[in-house]
Amino acid sequence: MAQTLTLSTLTFAGRWVLLPQPTMGVTVIDKVLPTESTSASDQADRQRAAWMAAAQAGDQRAYTRLLSDSVALIRAVARRQGVPVDALDDVVQETLLAVHRVRHTFDPARSYDAWLSAIASRRAVDALRSHGRRDRREVHDELAIDHYADRDDASTGTEREQEAQRLREAIETLPPGQREAVEQLGLKERSLAEAAEQTGRRTGALKVNLHRALKSLRDRMHGEP
Amino acid sequence: MSDAPRHDALIDALGAQLTPVRRLPPPWLRTLGWLAVVAAIAAVLLQRYGAHTMLHRWQAAPDLCLAAFGAVTTAITAALAAFALAVPGRSIRWALLPVPSAVLWISASGMGCLRAHIPGMAVLDMREANHCLMFIISFSIPLSGLLIWLLRRAYPLRPVLTAVIVGLASAAASASLLEICHNVDAAASDLVMHALAVAIVVVANMAMGGRLLTKA
Repeated sequence: MAQTLTLSTLTFAGRWVLLPQPTMGVTVIDKVLPTESTSASDQADRQRAAWMAAAQAGDQRAYTRLLSDSVALIRAVARRQGVPVDALDDVVQETLLAVHRVRHTFDPARSYDAWLSAIASRRAVDALRSHGRRDRREVHDELAIDHYADRDDASTGTEREQEAQRLREAIETLPPGQREAVEQLGLKERSLAEAAEQTGRRTGALKVNLHRALKSLRDRMHGEP
Repeated sequence: MSDAPRHDALIDALGAQLTPVRRLPPPWLRTLGWLAVVAAIAAVLLQRYGAHTMLHRWQAAPDLCLAAFGAVTTAITAALAAFALAVPGRSIRWALLPVPSAVLWISASGMGCLRAHIPGMAVLDMREANHCLMFIISFSIPLSGLLIWLLRRAYPLRPVLTAVIVGLASAAASASLLEICHNVDAAASDLVMHALAVAIVVVANMAMGGRLLTKA
């Protein structure tokens, strides 16, 4: 098997080098100039067509072998379409999924390579398009983001003010014991012992109250719009 | 083969999901299937209207016969081209197949307006023309729909081009069907309506088919 795979890779390489520059979106493999490697790659193509025919009948071994064997060709097609190296694996995956979905459209009497190349080429074009769209929509200016991160912009101050107001209001609505705990321990930053002395409550009761207060404040601040 | 291991997990998963599939019949056979539906409609129309009006028109004006021949051939070749283009790896040159017959169809119908009218036959008025517009559109919608449904079983990699050809096929097919029950002579208004109907069908297919033809 290893031998077959290596042979097919080499013949791919031989073929792709000989291909003229693409003028249209989809490559027509039949246009390859006749060379010495043609018969060998034809044989490899026929082998893959036979594997696909077996896969159409449900042969899993032939199928996984065929898909592993297809990866190199898919990458070659995607590279020729100008897909960047870091996006090649995505195109390979998309193409493999498409092959799986439409495997019934393959006619074993025809070239498997041409069939696969057409699908891979389409997926490559789609990948390039979505890449282009993403690049247009997103702003890539890391320097600007570093230097002018949302610091001190006009709305930040207002938002902070509103947050504080909401928190004050929420604290007002707490039950007296809880409100006391928050005021003493949170806002005035007293220690438990000082707070206990000040309010005449036990430290354990203060802790429980603070805990409950924080929970209900958290619910209120996150729950409200 | 250093690339393959990275995709092993996916390949194994796809292998595990593999089920036998029914192979898609060749494009010509699928074309015959669609044409059988068109032929069935034609048979119904012929039974209802008879062939004598059609034959009389053709006898009196051979160019109309030529136009009808062009329409029928366009329907056949465009359907074949659409089915062929829906299979990955088929040459884009299939799209050129319906072009000669479409040219014949359009130019022969155009010629019809330039010659003398058939004696004793009414020239199309606007109401009739409207009727023929409705006829072509109402027949080409289901015919397009059927064609799109059939094509979705394949995998059209150029959905917009395929949709244009679908529109051409169904517009030509319904123009051919109209030939059977068209009892008026060709006139400029007739041609305009035909062109309008064909354009509506083709453009509607182009606009919608691009999405209808590609599976998510």
